[in-house]
Amino acid sequence: MNRKNFSPPPEKIREMSAIGSQRRNFLKYLGASAAVIAIGSSCKKNDSTSSDGTVNLGSGDVGILNYAYALEQLEAAFYTQVVATPYSGITALETEYLTDIRNHEVGHREFFKAAITAAAASSIIPGLEVNFSTIDFTSRASVLGTAKAFEDLGVTAYNGAGQLISTTGNGPTYLTLAGKIVSVEGRHAALIADLLSPGSFAATTDANGLDMARTPAQVLAIAGTYIKTKIDASHLPS
Amino acid sequence: MNLENIITEIEKVDPEVYERFDSRRNTMKQFANLSGKLALAAVPLAVSAMFSKAYGQTPADVNAVLNFALTLEYLEAEFYNNVVGSAGYLTAPAAAQTALAKIKDDENKHVVFLKSVLGAAAVAKPTFDFTGGKGSGTGPFAGYLASYAVELAMAQTFEDTGVRAYKGQAPNLQSNRTVLTAALNIHSVEARHAAHIRQMRRALDAAIPAAQKPLKPWITLNYSGITYSPAADAAIQLSYNGEENTTQAGVSIVNLGGSFNTAGAASEGFDEPLTMAQVLTIVNPFIV
Repeated sequence: MNRKNFSPPPEKIREMSAIGSQRRNFLKYLGASAAVIAIGSSCKKNDSTSSDGTVNLGSGDVGILNYAYALEQLEAAFYTQVVATPYSGITALETEYLTDIRNHEVGHREFFKAAITAAAASSIIPGLEVNFSTIDFTSRASVLGTAKAFEDLGVTAYNGAGQLISTTGNGPTYLTLAGKIVSVEGRHAALIADLLSPGSFAATTDANGLDMARTPAQVLAIAGTYIKTKIDASHLPS
Repeated sequence: MNLENIITEIEKVDPEVYERFDSRRNTMKQFANLSGKLALAAVPLAVSAMFSKAYGQTPADVNAVLNFALTLEYLEAEFYNNVVGSAGYLTAPAAAQTALAKIKDDENKHVVFLKSVLGAAAVAKPTFDFTGGKGSGTGPFAGYLASYAVELAMAQTFEDTGVRAYKGQAPNLQSNRTVLTAALNIHSVEARHAAHIRQMRRALDAAIPAAQKPLKPWITLNYSGITYSPAADAAIQLSYNGEENTTQAGVSIVNLGGSFNTAGAASEGFDEPLTMAQVLTIVNPFIV
């Protein structure tokens, strides 16, 4: 391994410092085993965290918002790392697209943080710890393969969560908000698929030309590989 | 009680049974979930609830929304049916032709799917005038089939409009969870189509206003990324107005999480809904 190639420019280091200590990220940069990165600004305990560290998404519409917040935390952390430590051979166009997606996902994460705090401050889940040890951030195939998995997962997660949102109160508003985000995830999914295999933007559709939907349990079983924090989704609406 | 056998029996008299639920796979998944979750005695009740969702009284407003969606899918399907094989299409690179054929295939499947869900309540296909001339054949898009660039501009606008149209109707489908989920599952496919058409237009680079470059798979502000003729541009702009929104549920997204979240980025991260009336205003020139 040529370490020179892994020496990040100052701008990159500043970006990295946003998701954890510089030292920890620098170690990761060098291929050290600091695979678990804390995300979010704090690990403070609140109503949603039990003594063993398990995070409870909660119930009702707030539970669904926390569920979406958890997934957006995962995506935002992933793309923040991708932009901070670009894979070898990344093109200018890929950098542009992946940076855009980073911006969108961070926006989604921070939106949910603000919206849940406003709606139910005591119920918001804390910043989750992610586990990206299975991802090789120096490899285009690994990064884009993971990106595709995350985007397709996000689409099916939002598609499946829509019917779990309440029909009264703020429910219809939350459903519209989820709709505003899921189509952008669909756009991301199409772009990433096209980067991996040109023309595969909608290769995931079924015999009726539809995308899939997944339940929270199905989604979290897949996402769990990348999230160190234990998540309790058992109180979500079904 | 063997649930799969019951469905198989029903399929003999109603070949569309799976479509009524969503799809075979999802139906079976729902059954699997049910039997995992419920005591055996409760299963028949739950199954009955699934059937009444699929066959029972669909509220009139849900059918109205589905017919609205069907009308948009008729429009998209016929548009791509016309485009694929046209003179403009034949000038496109092979990969672009393959992509347009794939999208055509998806849109025609959406028509079949929605018709099967609606059954006898499905509206008939309208007559379309893709020149945007309401039957005159001389609207702003006259001659579109001769130009790959114009075909793509129209395709992009129809796809982005479709995304906004489904999004706007989601709350009106909440009374029927199966239908809502199916609509969401179409909604995200329209977004995938839009993202790809936008890449095709970027690669073509024709008729993208310099001030709106680069054209991206996502929508920046209220930019259509299209300039063709004053009348066509005005018609197209209706599909993008409102996309410049950067405040969601009272939260300003600009600079949220970092200064990289400019107004452009903040608008890209959230697609915006259109009401049924707004969509009908957009598509009416294309319906005779």
